Amino acid sequence: MEETVAPPLTHKDFTSDQDVRWCPGCGDYAILSAMKKALPQLEHKKEDYVFVGGIGCAARFPYYMNTYGFHTIHGRAPAFATGIKLANPKLSVWEITGDGDALAIGGNHFIHAIRRNIDINILLFNNEIYGLTKGQFSPTSKKGIKTQSNPHGITDKPFHPGKLTLGANGTFFARVSDTNPKMMQSIFLLAEQHRGTSMIEILQNCVIFNDNCHSDVTGKDVKQDAQLHLEHGKPMIFGKENNKGIILNGLKLEVVTIGENGTTENDVLIHDAYTEDSTLHNMLTTMSLPEFPVAVGVIRQVKDMTYDDGVIAQLEYEKENAKFHSVDELLTSGDTWEVKE
Amino acid sequence: MSTKNATVELDKVVIKFAGDSGDGMQLTGTQFTNTSALLGNDLATFPDFPAEIRAPQGTVPGVSGFQVHIGNTEINTPGDIADVLVAMNPAALKANKNSIKKGGTIIVNIDSFEKRDLEKAGYETSPLEDNSFEGFNIIESPITSLTRESLKDSGLDGKSIVRSKNMFALGIVYWLFNRPMEQTENFLKKKFKSKPEIINANIKVLHDGYNYAETIQAFSSSYTILPAKVPPGTYRNIMGNQATAWGFMAAAEKANLQLFLGSYPITPASDILHELSKHKNLGVKTFQAEDEMAAICSAMGASFAGALGITTTSGPGLALKGEALGLAMITELPLVVVNVQRGGPSTGLPTKTEQSDLMQALYGRNGESPVIIVAASTPANCFDWAFEASRLALEHSTPVVLLTDGYLGNGAEPWKMTKLKDLPDIKPLRIDGTEKDYLPYAREEDTGARKLAIPGTKDFEHRIGGLEKENLTGNVSYDPENHELMCRLRAEKVEKVANFIPEQEIIGDANTDLLVVGWGGTYGHLYSTVSKMTQESKKIALTQFNYINPLPKNTIDIFRQAKKIVVCELNRGQFVDYLRAQFPDIKFNQYNKTQGLPFTTIELAQHFDNLLNK
Repeated sequence: MEETVAPPLTHKDFTSDQDVRWCPGCGDYAILSAMKKALPQLEHKKEDYVFVGGIGCAARFPYYMNTYGFHTIHGRAPAFATGIKLANPKLSVWEITGDGDALAIGGNHFIHAIRRNIDINILLFNNEIYGLTKGQFSPTSKKGIKTQSNPHGITDKPFHPGKLTLGANGTFFARVSDTNPKMMQSIFLLAEQHRGTSMIEILQNCVIFNDNCHSDVTGKDVKQDAQLHLEHGKPMIFGKENNKGIILNGLKLEVVTIGENGTTENDVLIHDAYTEDSTLHNMLTTMSLPEFPVAVGVIRQVKDMTYDDGVIAQLEYEKENAKFHSVDELLTSGDTWEVKE
Repeated sequence: MSTKNATVELDKVVIKFAGDSGDGMQLTGTQFTNTSALLGNDLATFPDFPAEIRAPQGTVPGVSGFQVHIGNTEINTPGDIADVLVAMNPAALKANKNSIKKGGTIIVNIDSFEKRDLEKAGYETSPLEDNSFEGFNIIESPITSLTRESLKDSGLDGKSIVRSKNMFALGIVYWLFNRPMEQTENFLKKKFKSKPEIINANIKVLHDGYNYAETIQAFSSSYTILPAKVPPGTYRNIMGNQATAWGFMAAAEKANLQLFLGSYPITPASDILHELSKHKNLGVKTFQAEDEMAAICSAMGASFAGALGITTTSGPGLALKGEALGLAMITELPLVVVNVQRGGPSTGLPTKTEQSDLMQALYGRNGESPVIIVAASTPANCFDWAFEASRLALEHSTPVVLLTDGYLGNGAEPWKMTKLKDLPDIKPLRIDGTEKDYLPYAREEDTGARKLAIPGTKDFEHRIGGLEKENLTGNVSYDPENHELMCRLRAEKVEKVANFIPEQEIIGDANTDLLVVGWGGTYGHLYSTVSKMTQESKKIALTQFNYINPLPKNTIDIFRQAKKIVVCELNRGQFVDYLRAQFPDIKFNQYNKTQGLPFTTIELAQHFDNLLNK
């Protein structure tokens, strides 16, 4: 029988019939659009995608994708995603979460999903604020900012999503801003191709409650000096003039200008995203303004056994070496006795 | 030279093994139980142990006990009080002074009755030397020193030698009740496969204990209990938690689905996780989650992806799962939540039994959130109720809470095994793939339940979630009329389950002077009491509920026919309040106990007599 070839999927195939209810100007629109453009470039069938959300603005994402989707409860999306992936490992599972959902109420599930390295993709929309509950500070809000729930300026120190990921032995961490649709698309593809938990922090703007929270990094005028785009195997060079680089000086990173003080391009670090040692990845992840640019792109991407592969391998082994193959055989195994008429 | 004593036939006997929580009393009791089961005795067990792994040594709170009731007739309870007590130290004797029959036999390890041992147990002088136990048949056996003597050439270190003393005690009791030792020998050979010296030592001590009992002539006779007259078939001894696990496996096989358990360790439910995690060979996937919430949520994820998703816990864990259970309810996903109830509130009495989570199961969620609730009533029928809970969840697309309890979960009894072909098929409510324009929340006429489309199925992509959904489409809807409609439809779906379950049964005459009403794990004690009183020509009957929500349709008819009703439960009156709300015209008396212990037939009979004579 001849196989009929289905026409290739387009972004329209992934558009659900639901009205999108994010605020006008919200960064989420750009992420949604990038996702719809990225998925047709992957090899999965449309019915094999599952989007899972927790609670929050970001977590409504599944409603707007014409795929299988599950809008769950606050913080627990990694656990749902884990159950889905374990039950059917051939599905491509995407968890969409925010800084409150993933790092406050869902912090435990977040680190444990990463620790296990289950093969799912986590998109963390980090806008450093609670949007859906109207402007309380979140675990990533910068110290000192004034919010609804602490008008005098918050005294908490923030969590760092990248450090948390690497601290939980994450195998994939990338950062990208919602203002860069092309980079989003390419990172989504890399994340799906990575076997294991792929964690992507998206610097996302909340126009209502924390407008411009990332503009010192993402602003058109500043971004070239404020961002370092990391690519595996490429030198860490950035800046308007493309003449700034990152070097390792002793145990610390340092920004240098190529051509000054005898510094050449050869002195600049080459990014190795694949190395298992996370020391440099940690340093790159935590670089911040004004001393450093903020690293974007794939910071870490290392190969390791995934949790789901481990589970399946064990299951297959046990099946092959099984003493019994049905529940009936199990019931009559071990010590039993017959009572006759 | 040993003289063969007379062997006396008994109909039934209750034996209790008690010692320090490190003395191996649970293992000793389980060995006696398994051996008796293989001899064909009917039996029931009651393990009773502290929450601490090693509670302060030698103290009364540190006492671990295992009671077993064996007989040649039907046995439904582990017995109110013991005929024979094995007390490995003074604390074990003290803790059980009221649970041994007047005139009963007490075997004490006299080596552990030194001054310090007595002090730890809170005795100033030895209770064996005053008249505390006058009238009892006390056998003072130097169990520790004889074990040391027995193993002095074994090459084992002193600690390992002393640890074998429970086998000496078991040997004594095996002789006393004419039990063969092969079952325990085989068990030891398997358990210590890689340590032959431990196998040999334990077997030697077991035999030496047996021979010692025969030699000392301290027992006027030995006893035997003939096999019970039970229906023909293949039997095995089974514990409640194991039966629960197997019931789920049977359900998954009959539904042709993979079984997925998401669980977090909690006493006394963990044994279900342990049991299921052994059976990867049959395709069972178990996921030990990071917490109770992740456990239920992973099971729901698996259920969404097409598996039979289940989660197991005990009271505090159910509290943590409450929000997720509400999501399962509103999304109308099949899910079974097992609550092996223990003493509450809060951490409460982790290793003790209670029935105090009924209200939590019924109402412990935000919003209008009815779920199906069923309860198992014997250790062995945990199998049937795990199976039935799975059937209801899958065929009615809704979460089901299965209530068992610590007494059922840890208790054991002989089980006449089911063959899978004799169990009903389970037909998960799924799309068949031919439907055009799938409506995720369209309902079946008879059940009111929705059909699931599983991720991976082409052209059925859809979204579900915790926001209120528009009828039929499942799209998010904040429409007031729609919300009211959906609340009603979801409630009706659960109510309609009453059309798919059998009628409530009554044991005895429906036109009774006193109808005893129970639910779940109290069945054995209530049944024993009621059948004994019936033999005494009292007009008393029993109805034990397994279907809690919804109740069987004929429930009201049963209540109307009785002159008096008493609802008995191990809580402060949760089921009786539930019944009062549903049947305001019926007068219910209640009998309650919250001691972390099962009822005794003595207290029940007394109370029922009072009600009958009033």
